[in-house]
Amino acid sequence: MNAQIALLLGQDGFINGAIYALLALSILLVFSVTRILLIPLGEFVSYAALTMASMQAGKPVMLGAMLVALCLIGLLMDARDALRAGRRLRFRASKLLMPAYVAAVTGLSVTLPLEHIGMAFQGALTVALVVPLGPLLYRVLFLPIASANGLVLLIVAIAAHVALTSAGLLIFGPEGSRTEPFSDATFTIGDAIINSQTLWVIALSFILIALLYAFFEKNLYGKALRATAVDRLGAQLVGISPALAGKASFALAAFISGLSGVLIAPITTIYFDSGFVISLKGFVGAIIGGLASYPVAAAGAVALGLVEAFSTFYASSYKEVIVFTLLLPVLLWRSVAQKGVKDEQ
Amino acid sequence: MSPILRFRTALLALAAIVVVLVAPHLLAPYQVVVLNNVGIFALVTLGIVLLTGIGGLTSFGQAAFVGISAYATACLATMADLPPWLAWLGGSPWGALAAGLALTLLVAAILGGVTLRLSGHYLPLGTIAWGISLYYLFGTLDILGGFAGITGVPPLRLFGIGFESSESLFVLIWVVVLVSLLATLNLLDSRAGRAIRTLNGGQIMAESMGIDTFRTKMVTFLLAAGLAAFAGWLYAYTQRFVAPTPFSLQAGIEYMFMALIGGAGFVWGAIIGAGAVVYLKELLQDVLPLLLGKGGNYETMVFGLLVIVLMQKMPLGITDTAARRLKPLLHARRPAPSGAAPWITAAPPLPRRPRPAPAESILEVRGLTRRFGGLVANHDLSFSVQAGQILAVIGPNGAGKSTLFNQLSCVDTPTAGQIFFRGRTVNGRSARDMAAAGLARTFQHVKLLPTMSVLENAAIGAHLRGGKGVFSSILRLDRREEAQLLKEAETQLVRVGLGAHLHAEAGSLALGQQRVLEIARALCADPCLLLLDEPAAGLRLKEKENLADLLSKLRAEGIAVVLVEHDMDFVMGLADRVMVMDFGEKIAEGLPEQVQANPLVLEAYLGGAE
Repeated sequence: MNAQIALLLGQDGFINGAIYALLALSILLVFSVTRILLIPLGEFVSYAALTMASMQAGKPVMLGAMLVALCLIGLLMDARDALRAGRRLRFRASKLLMPAYVAAVTGLSVTLPLEHIGMAFQGALTVALVVPLGPLLYRVLFLPIASANGLVLLIVAIAAHVALTSAGLLIFGPEGSRTEPFSDATFTIGDAIINSQTLWVIALSFILIALLYAFFEKNLYGKALRATAVDRLGAQLVGISPALAGKASFALAAFISGLSGVLIAPITTIYFDSGFVISLKGFVGAIIGGLASYPVAAAGAVALGLVEAFSTFYASSYKEVIVFTLLLPVLLWRSVAQKGVKDEQ
Repeated sequence: MSPILRFRTALLALAAIVVVLVAPHLLAPYQVVVLNNVGIFALVTLGIVLLTGIGGLTSFGQAAFVGISAYATACLATMADLPPWLAWLGGSPWGALAAGLALTLLVAAILGGVTLRLSGHYLPLGTIAWGISLYYLFGTLDILGGFAGITGVPPLRLFGIGFESSESLFVLIWVVVLVSLLATLNLLDSRAGRAIRTLNGGQIMAESMGIDTFRTKMVTFLLAAGLAAFAGWLYAYTQRFVAPTPFSLQAGIEYMFMALIGGAGFVWGAIIGAGAVVYLKELLQDVLPLLLGKGGNYETMVFGLLVIVLMQKMPLGITDTAARRLKPLLHARRPAPSGAAPWITAAPPLPRRPRPAPAESILEVRGLTRRFGGLVANHDLSFSVQAGQILAVIGPNGAGKSTLFNQLSCVDTPTAGQIFFRGRTVNGRSARDMAAAGLARTFQHVKLLPTMSVLENAAIGAHLRGGKGVFSSILRLDRREEAQLLKEAETQLVRVGLGAHLHAEAGSLALGQQRVLEIARALCADPCLLLLDEPAAGLRLKEKENLADLLSKLRAEGIAVVLVEHDMDFVMGLADRVMVMDFGEKIAEGLPEQVQANPLVLEAYLGGAE
């Protein structure tokens, strides 16, 4: 291996690592607010990448249909819960927010000439289509069992992953897709050639992390989410709705992973089932952070991306084996650091 | 076991043998093949029922364990030139079974070793990652045939009998399934089984009763992996061909679905779940392509949705819901017995530990301090308790009483100061060590296993007074000891006044009775020091009087008691000495009447009179 190859692999590693880091952050965010390990996060990534690819290929975008269906199921569940609680069905303007939003993005996605609207707008519309999946899935799948034990939440998350993967096959078909790069420009620094796509990914990741930091430190809603993560009951007592916190954390996770999907789409060929392995690497990052620490998780995810890139060079067919086996020493280290016995809730 | 029960069990076993022998000849050949698959799946699912349904641990890696064993079997059976150190195993199905089991258990032990000490989220994530790793490994290693797999596994021959036809395999597979089922039922109904059942939500309590929860988790995980290894061995000889796909993570998730659909808490749910999934899948594979078009395995989508609905509507699975519906019918026929069964009452009592000498110092605390960050929960506490003495610790809420209890029982570690139990320092000892040394406790927030019977809950306290493990329980070699343990539980329950509720579910008792049950459980440990955290809360007057009588009797037997209590009448009438705490400090100690007259105490309780 010479320096040039090392640099190329390093670039690859950093791109993937940055995306794993974004996913690890969303996993931690959702886990700390709701206790749910959001296994279907990977499907948000693959849905976004494949939707973007459909737009560029001039194929019809079908994700809207799923949004409408989930939205209707959510409304029916709202009505059923209200009737069960013996309340009268009352009209509230806030209830219309989500259906209106879903109708608007779905409308745009079927009427616009998507092939010709330019890459920036395609990307924005893709993310706009993926974001409501988060809160809608939370409403339909997790809200009814929000107080169940961790095992039930995990099982539903796994089942949701399985169902969404098959639904992805139905919506996008079995073929893999790759989108056009944001720009073809390359830069040369000394001997090294740096792809502009690399810079795009890394810059956007940094901006996103900075925005998240500002949101959690400065914004009242961000602080409310943090409060829920620290103590759910306490947050509820001071007037923070756990349902809203759950939906917000899911929306944020869907936003981050939708954006990751758009970022990764020009680099890797994505299939309907590619999201899972990508999100699992985010999970490895989150585990390195002990399912608690954001900076450690992000650093771990970047390191994972680098290990992956270099193992592609040395033993390409054992890439996944190496990446996931790396988990063992991490778990061992966590295990040794662990003290005492705790009861699961 | 009573003669009638023994007769019924024998009859049931006979019926099962007849069904297993006759069924393959009555069914269509295709049905026999399908049922063979159901049997193999049920074996894996049984492991998940034990692990997840009963132990509360989640693994999505069971398919990979099946794969390890199936590949080991196929390799040993087909490879012509094995390396010399393996040659002695080649060709023998027993050798293949041994190798498959050993390899699977080794991998499970490594995976369990690094995840089982951590919180419950790490095992599923670890098994998912490893499930994927092993799948790629199966598909990549040349020696395993890559994604094409290994073909040409010869038919199975055991004891000179060939198992080539599906009919003969049916008999073998279902005998293995039924034997495993029986073994699991035996295991759950024993000392080792009770320990496994505490894992699901009772680990702090279990450690305080002397159960090694890490070891118990490991044993459970290894048992589940062992069942998967057996299934893999049968799979290799049934299909006579192995390839990576049936051992993928997707398959691992499917096994979990089988357990959940069948009812993860029910041993029989393994067969029902495996059967339901296999037959439903066949049905969906016929119907779905008509609805959604060809080209995908959409049945997995339906299964995903089905499991989501199931978890929302009946989180305990089909078997549990059915059992709850049927229960009134069964109970109408057979009224629950009130006392313990004769085989239990006839058992000789357990040996007791030597009593401490009268006035021996049981507990000695010097300068105990516990800080949580800036908060000093206990500050420089010193006191002692002798055998046959009752010390009451009182104080307003937040005075640091429960923190003190947690340190005394080694659930928590002091920041400074020393605790001596029977003259030996407890520094560095675990809750389990303290239980073994003769300390037993109850909890302020009751920690019982609500779906287990009152008798079994109490018997957990006697865990350290027995020694029989998993294999004795499976083979029923533990019955003598088990009868003694249950008899001890019965004796203590009668003593605390719960003799009429032996077979009720612990969760169905009133809160006051649950507290008393915790005392019975603690007494089962034959302790010399009893820590009681608010034992009289929720009791009626008559029950409080009975409890006071009981504690007086224990004092007369030489047991030392430390109790935290808010009921002043109860405390002042019973305790030999009273210690008063406020804001983490000891503000008074002495005879009940001295303490009652102490101005500091009055101020702490009633507010200062300025």
